[in-house]
Amino acid sequence: MSTVVGEMDHHDHHHHAPSGITRWLFTTNHKDIGSLYLWFSFIMFLVGGAMAMVIRAELFQPGLQLVEPHFFNQMTTVHGLIMVFGAVMPAFTGLANWMIPMMIGAPDMALPRMNNWSFWILPFAFAILLASLFMEGGGPAFGWTFYAPLSTTYSSDSTALFVFSVHIMGISSIMGAINVIVTIMNMRAPGMTYMKMPLFVWTWFITAFLLIAVMPVLAGAVTMVLTDKYFGTSFFDAAGGGDPVMFQHIFWFFGHPEVYIMILPSFGIVSAIIPAFSRKQLFGYASMVYATAAIAGLSFLVWAHHMFTTGMPVFAELFFMYCTMLISVPTGVKVFNWVATMWRGSITFEPPMMFALAFVILFTIGGFSGLMLAITPVDFQYHDTYFVVAHFHYVLVSGAIFSIMAAAYYWLPKWTGHMYDMGLAKLHFWASLISVNVLFFPMHFAGLAGMPRRIPDYSIQFADINQIVSIGGFAFGLSQLIFLWLVIKCVRGGEKAPAKPWEGAEGLEWTVPSPAPYHTFDTPPEVK
Amino acid sequence: MSIKLISALVAMAPVAAQARSQLNLTQGVTDISQRVYDLHMTIFYICCVIGVVVFGAMFWSMIRHRKSKGRKPATFHENVKVEIAWTVIPFLILIGMAIPATSTLIAMEDTSEAEVTVLVTGSQWKWHYKYFDTDVEYFSLLATPRQQIENKLDKGENYLLEVDRPLVIPTGKKVRFLITSDDVIHSWWVPDFAVKKDANPGMINEAWTKVDEPGIYRGQCAELCGKDHGFMPVVVIAKEPAEYDAWMAEQVAAKQRAEEEEQRLLAMSMDMDEAMELGERVYVGSCAACHQANGEGIPGVFPALKGSDMALNDMQGHIDIVVNGKTGTSMQAFGNQLTMQEIAAVVTYERNAWGNDTGDLVQAADINAFMNE
Repeated sequence: MSTVVGEMDHHDHHHHAPSGITRWLFTTNHKDIGSLYLWFSFIMFLVGGAMAMVIRAELFQPGLQLVEPHFFNQMTTVHGLIMVFGAVMPAFTGLANWMIPMMIGAPDMALPRMNNWSFWILPFAFAILLASLFMEGGGPAFGWTFYAPLSTTYSSDSTALFVFSVHIMGISSIMGAINVIVTIMNMRAPGMTYMKMPLFVWTWFITAFLLIAVMPVLAGAVTMVLTDKYFGTSFFDAAGGGDPVMFQHIFWFFGHPEVYIMILPSFGIVSAIIPAFSRKQLFGYASMVYATAAIAGLSFLVWAHHMFTTGMPVFAELFFMYCTMLISVPTGVKVFNWVATMWRGSITFEPPMMFALAFVILFTIGGFSGLMLAITPVDFQYHDTYFVVAHFHYVLVSGAIFSIMAAAYYWLPKWTGHMYDMGLAKLHFWASLISVNVLFFPMHFAGLAGMPRRIPDYSIQFADINQIVSIGGFAFGLSQLIFLWLVIKCVRGGEKAPAKPWEGAEGLEWTVPSPAPYHTFDTPPEVK
Repeated sequence: MSIKLISALVAMAPVAAQARSQLNLTQGVTDISQRVYDLHMTIFYICCVIGVVVFGAMFWSMIRHRKSKGRKPATFHENVKVEIAWTVIPFLILIGMAIPATSTLIAMEDTSEAEVTVLVTGSQWKWHYKYFDTDVEYFSLLATPRQQIENKLDKGENYLLEVDRPLVIPTGKKVRFLITSDDVIHSWWVPDFAVKKDANPGMINEAWTKVDEPGIYRGQCAELCGKDHGFMPVVVIAKEPAEYDAWMAEQVAAKQRAEEEEQRLLAMSMDMDEAMELGERVYVGSCAACHQANGEGIPGVFPALKGSDMALNDMQGHIDIVVNGKTGTSMQAFGNQLTMQEIAAVVTYERNAWGNDTGDLVQAADINAFMNE
């Protein structure tokens, strides 16, 4: 028996990476696939960002200057779709691919060929979506939430491409999620019990279950849109016995857990970084795990808080208001735990820590506006205004994306084997921190003063605020090019990184050399 | 001196009020909107207090517990009592928030015993108001000139927030709104009333308000409803009951006059120049948003009229689609939106503008004949 195993090991070592394009096309290596995901998401971040620049340029002044309203709507729609499905979600999947096997002492993901496929269908999904912009009649222009009947009877024929593209994204996400779950359940090193797993692994484990639960719901929603538009069904058409509001129920039953899919892995990242740079163990590990699970569970009971103005019975409005308010309890526990971790620590401020601290503060601000939005009577005033735009950009940009930046700065030496340019990293941080607040904070005021979202032109009272916001937007967009330059520089060379470049870092990933060898943990480590 | 001072203060008061509302939620002009504003401020202040405590502790650590200050890390990593406290205390705060929120919400959703009822119907991209128990109904369209939007003229004070015919309601009476849509989902929003309700096609939502101060109140469509979502404002004028009654009587009389005028016009015919002039005006107001001023439409979304088979050949089909619309598309039925003369003129215009040059001249009587077929 042992000889057989020995032979297989031997065989594996000969199986080294082919070079050139085939290495990337046919790779089943979790590190290669992780890198592919991360580069893909960064490219999509820039593409979606360019669309945001178009939006901000048009909104720089009142009146119509640069684009037609129909094209403006395509920009807001595709910007949202690309940032959600193309930038944030693949970035987290990339991090999961790179880090989960190394964190739990596994040699690779459990299903490596499926891993290859789940990445390589993604570029096709987004090629289809982007190509639809060049169709006659333009791309999808109904908002990333594609409410029927605007997306059915009243949409252009690019809707069919949109539907197929979302289907492919969904298949990719589901396969990625299955891989994460199977890997975590089966491939932990001896002694790595569930309650010893790093929080990044825990939060991704829970996220993966959310993905499997809700991506099929999204697939159902887009399929019903397709058949309503082309095959004469009336799921969302009252004239045929359907219900346009039912679309929103189905969409948000997917959409709200989706919001947590985009933030739970962030919690895991920040829970790794804050203890490392406070040189102190994470406060309340068990309560962090339970809080994550509680947030995930509650996420299935709050979807209709996106729909308070659709005309629901008072009882339903009260139920969804109370459940939504409840979410702030486990979320609060997490923030308190991070602060308690820092308390009486020995703190230093390297770039990962800077982004993690900005995450905690700015995500909490987004949480406060979320709590305000939960209050149904006041939500009637906030709903579909820039207050909502400010809220979800605080949790998604200065929340999710800042945590992804923190993760990149934390693990970049492990990935490339080089230390990055600290001065450039700090410049990127301060430029991003200041511009992100100039960009999104004034949006709160615009929304409270009554500016609706998704409009290409506005009344003159909002002119000053929009000008400030646009300037912040251009600055934030440009700041991200610093990051691109920094990463390219770091990949190409730099000071040699030690196995553990951060004094207080904990975890199995720091026990292997930097850069991490192509195959790690062929023999599982012993976890005490 | 004191008179001067008072008049100066009075003059400044609206400016101050306006300046305040540019950064915060409006307090509005109804009892409900005031309660909503109070709720908003209460929760905002609670969030501020929590923020000061949490961020205070964070910054304290960042400043005092730094490695560069020679701090050695403590080793504690859990404390059940503290963890229970910061689970239970937020929960209690939430209950404190939920109580006033619940009572306000229940009051907002009580549409019973209204004295006036208005049916509000959204369509791409205008509002329609119909007063129950009368024949009075009309469309309310954006009144901002196209040139202001295209930056060819200076923008007015109420840029994008002005309509040709505002909704008029009486003060001091409970007014109920029944809200629905003819095509996609819209949302009828007047911030000063704290009323925002979606207009769903095929369904009717209810909302209500009771305004105490006469005035002009402006809002906008709040749900993305297609290309011109940003260009369908809501304007409501609240009048004293006596003035409101006078206005309503005037509307009823005007409606009657219009019907008589319509009958009179049936007997008259327009010449080509008259028809083209009126037709262009109607086209710009009702058709150009989709089919574009040059008649070329937007390929793949809104069909071109320039050189189209229908505009060149099929006269009956052309009248039919303008009068009855086309189900399953954005093309609305204009039979109840325009007078017969206007329909005749716009069909004539579409058949002769942009080089269509069919020479067809349609009269109001033709439309009347078509509608009575």
